[in-house]
Amino acid sequence: MADVRITETGFDPVDELARFNAAHRSAGGIVSFLGQVREEAGAVEALELRQYAAMTLPGMTTLAQMTERRWPLVGLLLLHRYGVMHPGDPIVLVAAAARHRRDAFEAADFAMDHLKSESWFWKREKTSAGWRWVEPRAGDHTDLARWRA
Amino acid sequence: MLEMPVEPGALAAVLAKLDPALAIELLGERVRLALNGRLIGEAGNVVLGPGDELAFLPPVSGG
Repeated sequence: MADVRITETGFDPVDELARFNAAHRSAGGIVSFLGQVREEAGAVEALELRQYAAMTLPGMTTLAQMTERRWPLVGLLLLHRYGVMHPGDPIVLVAAAARHRRDAFEAADFAMDHLKSESWFWKREKTSAGWRWVEPRAGDHTDLARWRA
Repeated sequence: MLEMPVEPGALAAVLAKLDPALAIELLGERVRLALNGRLIGEAGNVVLGPGDELAFLPPVSGG
């Protein structure tokens, strides 16, 4: 059973992973990915992600089910932040636990590629010029296409 | 996100009561529609019943 959550108040990736690891003792390997707000001088000051309650979490739950159908996992965590964030803040944490490492690597990669380009989030960034809505990168769609081959 | 209560009825009738500039934006090629959380392909035959929630979704940026 996957653990799928969104949060507006942020999360501590270390605590989350410690809990996830402890809950999946039968896993021989756990792969995790943490996405955080990039810190660059003179670049983004803040980032806002908006969600739509009728679709964002339900869509992530469907993604978790797809991932679990594709790889034999012991556990799966999809945790996503929304709201206003600042450089260094965690945005997303994905963790996949499996008996064997290859399944864990691939499942985490698959879930992340889908979260990046197919999940129901709308993003805007604040720079010195003000707020600006962000569209998906072409590369996000290329990443996703790898799984359709 | 902007939420707006509207009278039940056909989508065309709902849109006709909005600011025309807004209605044109909502019908943009890149705007997708979801009725009660489910994507719908054809907007033409949508009829809103009491309690229905219709969402106009601009392109997502992903997580």
